[in-house]
Amino acid sequence: MLRCEGLSQTYVSGGRPLTVLKDITFTLDDGGFLAIVGPSGSGKTTLLGLLAGLDRPATGHVWLDAADITAMDEDERARIRAAKIGFVFQSFQLIPTLTAIENVQVPLELRGEPSEQRAKELLERVGLGDRLDHYPAQLSGGEQQRVALARAFSIRPKILFADEPTGNLDAKTGGTIIELMLELNRTEGTTLVLVTHDHDIARLARQTLRLSDGRIVGEQAVAS
Amino acid sequence: MNWRFVGRMAWRETRGSRKRLVLLTGAIAAGVAALVAVNSFAANLRDSVNRQAQALLGADLSISSRQPFTPRVQALIDSLVTPDTARGVPAGQRASVTNFAGMAYTPRTSGVRLVEVAAVEPGYPFYGTIETDPVGAWDQLDTGGGVIVDPSLLNALGARLGDTLALGQSRFTILATVTSQPGAVAAAAAFSPRIYIAERDLSATGLLQFGSRVEYEVFLKLAEPGNATQISKEYRPILRPERARIRSVEENRSDLTEALTQMSNYLGLVALIALLLGGMGVASAVHVFINQKLDTIAILRCLGSEARQLFVVYLLQALALGALGAVIGATLGAGLQRVLPLVLSDILPVDVQVHLDPQAVLLGIGLGIWVASVFALMPLLAIRRVSPLMTLRREVEPVRAARDLAWIASAGALVVSVGALAVLQAGRLLDGVGFTVGIGIVVFVLWLASVGLIRGVRKWFPTSWPYVWRQGLANLYRPGNQTVTVVLSLGFGAFLLSTLFLVQHNLLRDFRVGITGMRPNLAFLDVQPDQRSGVISALREEGLDSILTVPMVPMRITSVKGEPVVLGPPPEETDSLDADSAAVQPGWALRREYRSTYRDQLVGSEVLVSGSWWSGPRIDSTAPVNVSLEEEIARDIGVEIGDEIVWNVQGVQVTSRVANIREVDWARFEPNFFAVFQGGALEDAPQFLVTLVRVDDPQARGALQRHMAERYPNVTSIDLGSLQQLLESILARVSLAVRFMAGFSLATGAVVLVGAIATTRFQRVREAVLLKTLGATRRQVLRIFLAEYLSLGTLSAGMAVLLSTIAGWALARFVFETSYALPLGALGILLGLIVTLTVAIGLANSLDVLRRTPLEALRND
Repeated sequence: MLRCEGLSQTYVSGGRPLTVLKDITFTLDDGGFLAIVGPSGSGKTTLLGLLAGLDRPATGHVWLDAADITAMDEDERARIRAAKIGFVFQSFQLIPTLTAIENVQVPLELRGEPSEQRAKELLERVGLGDRLDHYPAQLSGGEQQRVALARAFSIRPKILFADEPTGNLDAKTGGTIIELMLELNRTEGTTLVLVTHDHDIARLARQTLRLSDGRIVGEQAVAS
Repeated sequence: MNWRFVGRMAWRETRGSRKRLVLLTGAIAAGVAALVAVNSFAANLRDSVNRQAQALLGADLSISSRQPFTPRVQALIDSLVTPDTARGVPAGQRASVTNFAGMAYTPRTSGVRLVEVAAVEPGYPFYGTIETDPVGAWDQLDTGGGVIVDPSLLNALGARLGDTLALGQSRFTILATVTSQPGAVAAAAAFSPRIYIAERDLSATGLLQFGSRVEYEVFLKLAEPGNATQISKEYRPILRPERARIRSVEENRSDLTEALTQMSNYLGLVALIALLLGGMGVASAVHVFINQKLDTIAILRCLGSEARQLFVVYLLQALALGALGAVIGATLGAGLQRVLPLVLSDILPVDVQVHLDPQAVLLGIGLGIWVASVFALMPLLAIRRVSPLMTLRREVEPVRAARDLAWIASAGALVVSVGALAVLQAGRLLDGVGFTVGIGIVVFVLWLASVGLIRGVRKWFPTSWPYVWRQGLANLYRPGNQTVTVVLSLGFGAFLLSTLFLVQHNLLRDFRVGITGMRPNLAFLDVQPDQRSGVISALREEGLDSILTVPMVPMRITSVKGEPVVLGPPPEETDSLDADSAAVQPGWALRREYRSTYRDQLVGSEVLVSGSWWSGPRIDSTAPVNVSLEEEIARDIGVEIGDEIVWNVQGVQVTSRVANIREVDWARFEPNFFAVFQGGALEDAPQFLVTLVRVDDPQARGALQRHMAERYPNVTSIDLGSLQQLLESILARVSLAVRFMAGFSLATGAVVLVGAIATTRFQRVREAVLLKTLGATRRQVLRIFLAEYLSLGTLSAGMAVLLSTIAGWALARFVFETSYALPLGALGILLGLIVTLTVAIGLANSLDVLRRTPLEALRND
């Protein structure tokens, strides 16, 4: 499902090149669950961005569902995202001017698909059936993240990227979010890629990458 | 493109920003309102002129001259009204009108007033009617002994219908007042009201004396009116050497339309400025809006929308809001166009029938939408640079559009649009291009100034200043600063305001300077030489000792440097009808009648440019007499110092030598001359005199005018004090119209200012809150803002005022051709006002930041 080879990333900071990722290579199978862990500044988020095609690497390639997304231009990658990828962020990243249901509808609308019924079902599934017309500011953090999850799953993505999805939530709410993700992973067969600090969550993953200073310092896979 | 998504997002994305988007709508609305008002009014004017074209001339053709018609002209006129029995064409009709100035005097009230007399033959006007009160009096005029007057004259004289009115040697009965007359300009009547007498009463007045300014005009109603313009074209070359000019209805109409169009074009340019300022408002509103929407855009990019799609979402939004603003503006403009005729009616020769011109409305809406989209394009291009990666890591730097092909195309579209709009509104390519280049220079200089400020503050940072000042000044160059945007929009608005103010000030100043001090303010014209001693002693009796008497000798040029002046048609016959305008007729300087004087000193309004002044009267009567020429007329005639000019002074040839060239300040109310002769040559030539005195008390001036009118009926007097008032009131009317249009720029400028300051506000909410979290008091935060807005306002207004002094000078020098002075005090006040306005709007927009508690802000983040 996801494969990367020799992935490196360099940013220019203060006029000097700064290497944040060095030579990352790994493979993740269909329906898999990968956790990327490591201390702050180890390059976890940068790696996630590259894997999801949000940015271009300095060197190396990423194949997503057999397509080399590093060879695509920005708009082609956008079409791939619209078709196959779901996102969950630490800071939820809901569009503040849209209601909960409209936020969930956006990816479907982008594809020109009927969206209202499916968005409603998804929000009911994450327990927000009575909050459809609330704006993000009117929802708690946990509720916002559940809307974000519903949005991520609205297009039945082949792969879901999550950047510290529980980072801004308390343990109990975070637990609910992870459970929802795992449930969707099981029922829909969605591949999960998760960046986290939380070792308890990382332990749930079937595959773990440990990053430090932009390099893979540990890799482990649990047989399913 | 998924249009359903695009449409929905465009609508949803206005949520939460609607208040700010109102700014965008408002910025466009004001400009469109101004444009629609001006253009619809201009269309109304043209319609009115077209409808009233025949009545405006009153005949099919008119032939006029400043001297009695020569036999040749008479013969031509006769031939035009002779029936052509061979072709079965009946006879045409003719009616002559003789116009001249005179003093009207009513013995009952002792009222006296300079009037414009028209002695008319029965039949005039052939088209349109001169309406009178009581009705039908016009037809009684022919019986003789009666006079029909402009209503303003009754007020001026304190007279009423039935009173006796003295004019020259004759006495008339006031029959009626004129209530409506095609082609009359109300403001002109305020200076010298028009009165009508019968042609048969003319000679008895004894007013057609030597030196009187008389215009002889004959109006013709042709049996075949369709030939009028053709006849006019054919006869013009024949009539010109006879010093007569000819006009047809069509030519009269097109001249009038041209003049009125030019006036409305200039008003239109002022309106266009309002719209362009509105465009800048749109650009800055879109810029703010997009910078606030970066997160949303990044999320949408993350969710898979293409950059192009999002670009269209926000462009659609700007278009829709621009369209809304344009429609609101057009509605406003439709109402406002009713105001323009009220303001301008006194200086217009036609009654304007106000109706909404659909073309002007559609054009206004179209231009509004176009300007909104063209100005929105460049800030919108930044959308393409928003990376989906921003969802993961927020960049501090605001996104700027890359200078790629799309950027260059947008910038090009902007410049071309501004140029095209200016040419369209100015009606002339050169004016439009000049306007665009002028705007370009101002924008460029303001941009340079803002960039200079950013660099300068950074380089020579006042490290020893108190903290709040340092913080406020640092805001000018910190990342994400809006110094350039604010300086551009604020500076441009201030520049316009200041330029308008300077032009108006200088135009009015010219009149004021002319009339103050100890200069004469009462002029007696047409004093005949045999009346001279009588007039002077009469003035002495009134206790006036400073009496200036200036002789005037009418003459024409016979030859220049030995080349005789040929009065044939000029080689290139133009369609222009204005025989008095040097600009359109080369050779006019050679053909015109000169009223020259002779004296042996320079006067206060003259400066010698070259050559030397003569030391006294000519002694050798066989030598050429020295003459001094005004510099422009010398250039037009094509002579230099030492050249010979022969003058025809009422049949006597006088040879002169150009001794020197003078510059003349025509703006001063003094008798000024193109040609001044050395004494000792013209004393015995036929001449008349102008006598000037100064009487400070307006009532005493009136009494003196009455007294002189009784004793010397042929002498006309002009009260320069009331002339000045009249000129000021006409100018006030015109400048009111200009200010009315400029008001829209001001309103738009304020909207833009609010928008520009909002730009900076949103980016610093976080910073201010952080400062407060770290322990800054509200007072300190307020003072930081104060320091920033004060420096922004001072720089913008300062640059604007500086630029406007240059623009004002250029306009005064090249367009209005007046002298130029800077009202430093008033400019200082204007500067202060703009800075105060900036600081006030800036602080008012920041109060919200102050009110927020740190906790509130943290929660929202």
